[in-house]
Amino acid sequence: MRKSMLFVFAISALLCSVLAGVVAAETIHEERSKYRDITVTEIGNRRCLLFNVHRGDRNQTCVLVNDKQRLVFDYTRMSFAGLLLNDCPESILVIGLGGGSIPLTFADLFPDARIDVVEIDEAVVSVAEEFFFFEETANMTVYVDDGRPFIKRAGIRREKYDYIVLDAFSGDYIPEHMLTREFLDEVRNIMRPESVLVANTFSTSRLYDHESVTYQRAFGEFFNFKLPTTGNRIIITQLEPLPPRGQLVEKAQSFAGRLEKYGIPILQYPSRLSTRVDWDMSRRQLTDQYAPANLLRDN
Amino acid sequence: MAFASGFCIMTVEMLGARILSPYFGGSLSVWGSIITIFMLALALGYLWGGKLSARKPSAITFAGFFIGAAVFSIPIIVFSDAIMEPIFMALEDPRYGSLFAAIFLFFIPTSILGMISPYAVRLMVQNEAHSGQMAGLLYFISTLGSAAGTLGTSFYFVLWFEVNQILWGAIFTLLLAGLVILVAHYFGKDKRAAHAEAVNHA
Repeated sequence: MRKSMLFVFAISALLCSVLAGVVAAETIHEERSKYRDITVTEIGNRRCLLFNVHRGDRNQTCVLVNDKQRLVFDYTRMSFAGLLLNDCPESILVIGLGGGSIPLTFADLFPDARIDVVEIDEAVVSVAEEFFFFEETANMTVYVDDGRPFIKRAGIRREKYDYIVLDAFSGDYIPEHMLTREFLDEVRNIMRPESVLVANTFSTSRLYDHESVTYQRAFGEFFNFKLPTTGNRIIITQLEPLPPRGQLVEKAQSFAGRLEKYGIPILQYPSRLSTRVDWDMSRRQLTDQYAPANLLRDN
Repeated sequence: MAFASGFCIMTVEMLGARILSPYFGGSLSVWGSIITIFMLALALGYLWGGKLSARKPSAITFAGFFIGAAVFSIPIIVFSDAIMEPIFMALEDPRYGSLFAAIFLFFIPTSILGMISPYAVRLMVQNEAHSGQMAGLLYFISTLGSAAGTLGTSFYFVLWFEVNQILWGAIFTLLLAGLVILVAHYFGKDKRAAHAEAVNHA
């Protein structure tokens, strides 16, 4: 009896806090850009960027106003697992700005590195600057452009990046031309053997299989990085063969201290990087000729 | 036939963004370029088609539109990279890059397809009183075709086929439409001749 009372009490307390959270979420900025509705909300110390709220999208990115360096989301933190493969990038490319927490963290970690950020929506750039403490520096430049032509052009100019983050895949529409084999080959063009590619991708639906097959064909073996706490799946790979687990653990240990203030639990990551094939390998790879990503997602 | 032309116009238009996106991305301006060029091409096609219909309208010319559009659609498949690469290199701004690429890839076949409707009106109208009704019917059928082409391509074809396979399908459809018109024309002529002969004999 007492136990059930306690349970009811706990549930109602939880409900109250959730409701309070909803009620207290204050919209501090709303804007309709060329591509989406952008909303900035604030609950206590937590300020969040949301795309297309009316369609029920999740938070795009959040910052803690009183602890700006701390990364709030798993997938943002997971994007730094690539450091286990390449720990001193001198040139970094981030496709998709969001609230800018990934490039800001890179800029803080590697002040001398050249960081190029590509964002298709100029409104996202100004919101990141106004509300999420993002700013360009001498070493960090934002290009308002589509990721694919940017990478294609960089390849033609024979530019290389040591660390590439593909994070253009959130929101409710998937840019299909950035999931194809041809695109990944263009990404390969701007990589050195030791460069690392970190791609934030979908972990649900039929698309997972197609996407995995495409990455496998383009790169061979890759690290599949998933956490039980998030629906995101991060693909981590490079042109040269993947390092053994022991080396990852060593790198994690050497990095743990530096990443602590961002809240990145890098010590937990090596055991989560898996090369096990857990997708249907008979699925067709996505190409410029065949990439019905948005249709596959619903099935 | 009007249905087929409407269908093919929108099938190619829907695939246009797919074809351009490897070079110019998926930004809103790419869609803007494609729609602009299709609209301009159709506008000129209507004008030229109307003009041509005033001089000795014939089923053979009409069939020629379908076959011509099919033939001029082939470069979309065969030369798309050769056309888009120099444009991509020459123009940094994806807005103008996509605009020029859309002109070179889609303008000619689309304007030829635009000639079909006004020309068909001329061929089908028997008298002045019914001209508006006939034009309405043709627009109805061709726009219905456009709707079917749009839906079919964006919902299903891209899931079942590769882009080039769909394009070949559209080209084949146009060729077939042209041939059917030619066959019907000659077959019809024979029949008319036979009929006339029979009447003469009587």
